[in-house]
Amino acid sequence: MSSLSALPDGALEVEALGADEAYVTQPRGYRPLVEALKDAGYEMCVDLCAVDYVDHPGRILPESFAPTRFEVVVNLLSLSRRRRARVRVLAGDDEPAVESLFALYPGVEGFEREAYDLLGVRFDHHPELTRILMPDDWEGHPLRKDYGLGRVPVQFKETAPQ
Amino acid sequence: MSSDVREVERLEPLVVGTSEGAQELAPRRATSPGALGVETGSVLRLDGVTLDPASLDIERPDDETMIVNMGPVHPSTHGVLRLMLELDGEVVLRSKTVIGYLHTGMEKTGENLSYVQGATNVTRMDYLAPILNELNYSLAVEKLLGIEIPERATWIRMMMSELNRVSSHLIWMATNGMDIGSTSAMIYGFRERELILAFFEKTTGLRMNLNYVRPGGVAADLPDGWEDDVAAICDNLERRIPEYDELLTGQPIFRQRMEGVAVISAEEAMALGITGPVLRSTGVAWDLRRTMPYLAYDQVDFDVIVGTYGDNFDRYAVRLHEMLESVRIIRQCLERMPSGDYRSQDPKVTPPPRARIGESMEALIHHFKLFTEGFHVPRGEVYSAVESPRGELGCYLVSDDGPRPYRLHVRTPSFANLHALPVMLRGGTVADAVTVISTLDPVMGDVDR
Repeated sequence: MSSLSALPDGALEVEALGADEAYVTQPRGYRPLVEALKDAGYEMCVDLCAVDYVDHPGRILPESFAPTRFEVVVNLLSLSRRRRARVRVLAGDDEPAVESLFALYPGVEGFEREAYDLLGVRFDHHPELTRILMPDDWEGHPLRKDYGLGRVPVQFKETAPQ
Repeated sequence: MSSDVREVERLEPLVVGTSEGAQELAPRRATSPGALGVETGSVLRLDGVTLDPASLDIERPDDETMIVNMGPVHPSTHGVLRLMLELDGEVVLRSKTVIGYLHTGMEKTGENLSYVQGATNVTRMDYLAPILNELNYSLAVEKLLGIEIPERATWIRMMMSELNRVSSHLIWMATNGMDIGSTSAMIYGFRERELILAFFEKTTGLRMNLNYVRPGGVAADLPDGWEDDVAAICDNLERRIPEYDELLTGQPIFRQRMEGVAVISAEEAMALGITGPVLRSTGVAWDLRRTMPYLAYDQVDFDVIVGTYGDNFDRYAVRLHEMLESVRIIRQCLERMPSGDYRSQDPKVTPPPRARIGESMEALIHHFKLFTEGFHVPRGEVYSAVESPRGELGCYLVSDDGPRPYRLHVRTPSFANLHALPVMLRGGTVADAVTVISTLDPVMGDVDR
C-alpha cells in the first residue's frame, strides 16, 4: 500500500517480497521519489546496492520498463511507521549513473561508494566518489558479471581431451 | 553466471603493492566541501546545504595541524580498521576511515556457491555472530522459496541467536575493558564466552563459523542433555553479569572515560543509518526483534534497552543489560522448546533420511542432486533483516531461478555504523578515539566482507 498520493514521472508501484511498498523507477524519477518517501516518514536509508543483470535478462519488471543492465536498489526504513520501502532504479547499460542520495541521507555515502567500487555505477553529486573496498589503482569492478573469478590455474585439474 | 572463468594471466600483479590514494584523508584545501562535512561529522548540516570550507570552525590553518594514521594494525582498532585523524595537538578535528583491508569478495563468492553451500560462506562475515549471519541468509532464501519452518527449528534458531548475541557482547565487554586498561574485564569476558562456545561445539561440531542454521531449518537437533548445559550457562551469566556491572560501572576511572564522551544524537544516528545498540543508546527504542518480529520473538517476553544521551557509557550500559535480556529469552526457550522436527520435511530443501538412501535408488539420486546441483529458488528478489548484536543485518537476494543466488548483497551493520565515527570523534582526544571505536563495536569481517 503506497504512502504517496502521487508518483513522480517515471516511477511505478510494484509488488515486492520483504517490503511494505516498492517502486521501480527511471533515473529521472529516482531522486523525487526518494525525497517524497522521506517526507512520508522514511527516516532511514538502511541499504543501497547495485545489481548487474547482464546474465539475467528475464527479471520481473513491469511491462512499461525496458530492462537495463544495471539496477540500483534502495531499502528505506520508517521507524515511526514500522514500514519498509524499496526503490529499484534502472540505472543504464554501458555507463550506469544515477543521482546520489547523499543530500537526503548522509549515511548512504559509504554504500554508494561501495556500489561504485564493486559495480561501477556512478553517483552524480556524491561528495567524494572513490573506491572503498578495493585499492585505488584496481582495474575493473569485481562484482560485475563479466569480471570473472580470477582463479589461479591448478595443474592436472582438467581431464585430458578425448 | 557465465561459465568461462577468467584466468589470471600473470601472477606478478597479485603481489605488487597497492595504493589507497584518494581514499585517504587529504589536507583540507584539497577536499571537497561535501567530503569536509562528512569528515568533520557535520551530518545534519548536509541536508541540501553544502558546507563552505571558509565557515568551518577549525581555527588552525592546514599547516599547523597534523594528519595521523591509526591502524590498520593497531591493537585498539579490533582488526584492520585504518583511521586517519587530523589533529590539533591532542584534539581530533577531522577523521576518515579507510577500509577494505579484509575485503575477500564474499558477495562474489556467494554468487558462485549453491544455496546449500551459501551458509558456509556468509557465516564467516561477522565472525563474532555467525548464527545471525546464517539466519539472515536462510530467512531470505526461505522467503523466496516460500517454505514453512517447523516450530522447533524456529525456537532452536532463536535460542542459538540469543546465545550468540551474549557471546558477541561478552567479547565486546572484554575488548572494551582492555581498550581502557581493565585487563580483568578482558579475561572474564573470554571466560564466560568459552562456555557458550563449548555448547556451540557440542551442538554443531564447531566453535565458530558454525554453518548450523541452513535454509530449511537447522543442521542438527540439539544434543542430549542440552537443557542442563543451557541452564548452566544461564545460571552462570545471571550470577556473573551483575558482578561485571559492579566491577565496571562502579569504577570511577571507567566512568570518567565513558561518561559524556563521544555523544551522538538520535537525529544524527537516524540520518546516518545507524542501528543496533548505538541507535538505542540515543533513546530510540528500535529493535527489530520487537518492532518487526521474526522467528518467534513476538511470543517471548523481553525488554528493549534504551539509553538517554548516546555517549560511550550509554552504549556500554545498553549492551550490558541486553545480555541479561538475552538470558531471559534463552530461559523462555528452555522452558517452552517445542518438540518436533528440527528442519523442514519439504523434500525440495531437505535430503532424504540416511536409512532411505541404502534402500531406495530415488532417495540416493535425490540426495546426490541436492548436494551437487542444489535446489532451485524461484525468480525474484527479496530483502530481509534480523537484529544482529551490532544492528540491522540485512540480506538483499536476487534469484534467477537457478541453484545459486544471482546477487547476494549483505547489509552489514558494522559498515553502516562506521559512518558515526567522524561525528563521535570530532572534538575529542586521541585517547577517546580508542574508546569510541570500542563502544561502536565494529567487526572488520562484517565491514569488508
